[in-house]
Amino acid sequence: MKKIEAVIQPFKLEDVKEALKAIGIDGMTIIEVRGHGRQKGHKEVYRGQEYQVDLLPKVKLEMIVASARVDEVVQTLSNAARTGKIGDGKIFVTNVEEAIRIRNDERGETAL
Amino acid sequence: MFWKTCFFLLTSVALHAQVASNADARLKSLEDATRAAQSSGDNAWMLVSCALVLFMTGPGLALFYGGLVRSKNVLGTMMHSFSLMVLATLLWAVVGYSLAFGEGNLFIGGFQYVFLHGVGAAPNADYAPTIPHLTFMAFQLMFAIITPALISGAYAERMKFSTMLVYTTLWMLVVYFPMAHMVWGKGGLLNASLGGRIPCLDFAGGTVVHITSGISALVAALVLGPRAGYGREPMKPHNLVLSVIGACMLWVGWFGFNAGSALNASGLASSAFVATHFGAAAAAAGWMLAEWLHNGKPSILGAISGCVAGLVAITPAAGFVQPMPALAIGFLAGLFCFFMVTIVKMKLGYDDSLDAFGVHGAGGTLGALLTGVFATSLVNPIFKDASGRTLASGLLEGNAAQLGHQAVGVLIALALGAAGSFVCLKIAAALCGLRPSSEQEEDGLDLSMHGEEGYNLES
Repeated sequence: MKKIEAVIQPFKLEDVKEALKAIGIDGMTIIEVRGHGRQKGHKEVYRGQEYQVDLLPKVKLEMIVASARVDEVVQTLSNAARTGKIGDGKIFVTNVEEAIRIRNDERGETAL
Repeated sequence: MFWKTCFFLLTSVALHAQVASNADARLKSLEDATRAAQSSGDNAWMLVSCALVLFMTGPGLALFYGGLVRSKNVLGTMMHSFSLMVLATLLWAVVGYSLAFGEGNLFIGGFQYVFLHGVGAAPNADYAPTIPHLTFMAFQLMFAIITPALISGAYAERMKFSTMLVYTTLWMLVVYFPMAHMVWGKGGLLNASLGGRIPCLDFAGGTVVHITSGISALVAALVLGPRAGYGREPMKPHNLVLSVIGACMLWVGWFGFNAGSALNASGLASSAFVATHFGAAAAAAGWMLAEWLHNGKPSILGAISGCVAGLVAITPAAGFVQPMPALAIGFLAGLFCFFMVTIVKMKLGYDDSLDAFGVHGAGGTLGALLTGVFATSLVNPIFKDASGRTLASGLLEGNAAQLGHQAVGVLIALALGAAGSFVCLKIAAALCGLRPSSEQEEDGLDLSMHGEEGYNLES
């Protein structure tokens, strides 16, 4: 099992959800986050007081998938989230040892 | 024959006398009816004006200031305006109206109207001969409410609530009531319409309201020191939408403030109304233009700040100037206040949270001085010689001395406001402490002072 974490542009969330649904990925967790990588922030001015806004709003998706499906999911996700501009975000993949369904104590990939 | 003639003469004389007395009675009843009609008209407008001026403080100023602070202080800031609607009213009823408008000495009124004794439906001929004294009292009360509320822009986000109440109570007694008496009260030193020694033209409160509050705000900002984290943490306005709504309400309410200061529904009220509107628009244009050139973008915060600056500056002038000078006063105020708020404040480094000084102190001073330049007897023949001939009002009309009188009024307001604010703050601090603890300030005044939050979006 692998955990896929993707930080994407908030306005791409709907596209990504649609694309993942199309390949049969139904479960995911979404967190509204703020951050930045190489993308620069922007400047705001209030009565002469300047603020550099570095941390921009992003959406982080988390999902656990069967190891066999990782490449397909990552490809779909990155295609759907891409605009080609700086700030599109990143995808991280990590190993997951165990998954447990709380309702009936199922374990492993059947619990996903 | 002789008797017949006598009889005829006598009856005709009697008849004439009767006709004459009938005509007198009818004339008198006609005059009474005319007076009643005028009084009704004037009173209707003045009651509306009263409501408009109250509307400036709540919700107008509460929204304007509330939107400019951080979200953790939105309620605390609105509470400043709202609680002063309450506090100033109580003070006014007990002693404030008397100290401001009772006949006293040059500097403060007496106690004749304490507990509003003798203030009823009959007009006060000195102040406003066509409206009930009660209406006049209520109208002036609304000014006494908004003035201390304006100061709250300077101490926003960092004053204990109890301290604020004590400070304002003292400030009303030491600064507002005396200043209102000097400029508008019978026997006051600066009263231009009731023969004060140094007649200072202040139609609706440039000195009384805006200079006193503005300079007091600056002193408060200096005595309190900056907000925790000022200059390091971002302190962006949390909701400019609220501020825009509030500023628009201020603009509308200001028609009551300025046009209502005619104290009747005459052409003078119309003149003040027009000057007010033009001043606001020109100042918004001035600030936006300055900002566009200086920062590259015109902001709505700039536009509404300019609008308020223009309304402030036109306040003393509203009932004395024609529409074109009103445009000039507004435009200059927009540029000047932009300069004060964005450049001078940054240079000097004081934390006037919401720019009560940069807008009200600076705009009020500019407006009071320009009133001495542009005032014209064509709009308001306020100065007359012993034979009743109208005299020149402002500098451009040939009365150069007026500019000096305006300067005296400005200086008195600045000195009284600065000294009064300092003393009142020190007393309030000794009684209640000045600032909340740093944890309380960090938590925000909504939670630490009032135990509630403005936005419970998850509930």
